[in-house]
Amino acid sequence: MSTSNAIIGWKNLSLGCAILEPGSSRKLKTGDWRSQHPVLDKEKCIKCAICYIDCPDLAYTQNEEGYFIADMTYCKGCGICANECPKDAITMKMEEE
Amino acid sequence: MAKRVGMEVSLGVSEAVKVADVDVIAAYPITPQTHIVEHLAELVANGELDAEFIPVESEHSAMSSCVGSSATGARTYTATSSQGLALMHEILYIVPALRLPVVMTVANRALSGPINIWNDHSDIMSERDIGWIQTFAENGQEAFDLSVHAFRVAEDHSVLLPVIVNLDGFTLTHVVEPFEILDKAEVAKYLPPYKPLQRLDPEHPITMGAVGIPEVYTEAKKQYEDALVRSKSVVIQAWKEFGDLFGRYYHPVETYKTEGAETLLLTMGSVSETAMTAIDRMREAGKKVGLVRFRLWRPFPFEEFFEAVKGVKTLAVMDRAMSPGGPCGPVAAEVRAALYDQPTRPKVFSFVAGLGGRDVQVSDFEEIVSRAEKYAEKGAPATYDLIGVREI
Repeated sequence: MSTSNAIIGWKNLSLGCAILEPGSSRKLKTGDWRSQHPVLDKEKCIKCAICYIDCPDLAYTQNEEGYFIADMTYCKGCGICANECPKDAITMKMEEE
Repeated sequence: MAKRVGMEVSLGVSEAVKVADVDVIAAYPITPQTHIVEHLAELVANGELDAEFIPVESEHSAMSSCVGSSATGARTYTATSSQGLALMHEILYIVPALRLPVVMTVANRALSGPINIWNDHSDIMSERDIGWIQTFAENGQEAFDLSVHAFRVAEDHSVLLPVIVNLDGFTLTHVVEPFEILDKAEVAKYLPPYKPLQRLDPEHPITMGAVGIPEVYTEAKKQYEDALVRSKSVVIQAWKEFGDLFGRYYHPVETYKTEGAETLLLTMGSVSETAMTAIDRMREAGKKVGLVRFRLWRPFPFEEFFEAVKGVKTLAVMDRAMSPGGPCGPVAAEVRAALYDQPTRPKVFSFVAGLGGRDVQVSDFEEIVSRAEKYAEKGAPATYDLIGVREI
């Protein structure tokens, strides 16, 4: 995990361990955790956005063609998108494949 | 102007909270704390106190609401007792970890079972390690004064920790005593408005209560433990300033007739007044005895305690809670541990008395002292004595 800023001495912690910077979760590269990644079959995809809505890490964004593509910096490979896709357009592949 | 009144101590505590000008009270009624929050609800309802009173559905919610309220920067108060305190348990640890200066009165009462609504210290002794500053009041005046003091200490920027003021259920909460109540203008000189160092504010969003991964949890604990240990000087300074303004001076450890004493009784809370009568009687009978009382329980007042028991041969600790299967009562255990590394120390004997509202009388203290003196001569039981238990 890219949380090297947590590895500090107690005297340098913020009061009550508060996180003072809004939106700092963007710095947490949850993509490091991944053992599988989603692969989209554009032939089957109907651009319904269910993957975009259901992704717990907000990894999906819509591209210029209207397809929803997961950002591998944040996709932790949970497979919710593949499971929820009504057209089975998303398949989870092992990282080594 | 301060005025001298005859008032039920619970109502006196409510009046202290009123003159401290709290912003939010989130509380659930439980005997023997009920009169405190009931009166506060009245004060809010009739416009005497400009505060939000959140009538929650449980003590778990009460303390959770206090966390949210204090996190926004509001001066926040609650009160509870016994089972209610136990129900707050998991939230109690979170309050100091978030550095929130919540103030709470605990009307000390036995924990079930058997179901018992009367006074002892088993509720608060189960919450020793929650990381709150804790004081114990002996009488009505002290309950009022410690309540005002609690806000001042909690909100100090070098402290920012919650404070519990303990007062004995019924034997203190429900008695009518003469005491002096301060008015709002006087208290304002002592207690400035709360200025949070950080707070939940939509204009400047921050996160409180994020996960503490293994790499940060130890450091987080160390941070607020350090603040708790250092708070002792603020506690003492705030008592000094209180005395300078209002004429009543308080100290972490109180002593009574300890000069030349060979045996000391150690007590906490309102039972100390009976203990003083017992000391008077034993002194008249020529016994070299005195009394030491903890007013400050957390942070533990090591230096003041060592000073109080210096040169004493025997220390009889009276606990009002049991540690079943353990070596002794909880206070005796702490006292023994604190003294262990001292080059000279008294022999410490543990006595448990006054459980679940059992009356502790002058004769009980005389019995404790005479047993302690006997044990010092001839050796003691390995654990503790349960005073007043009927064998048959």
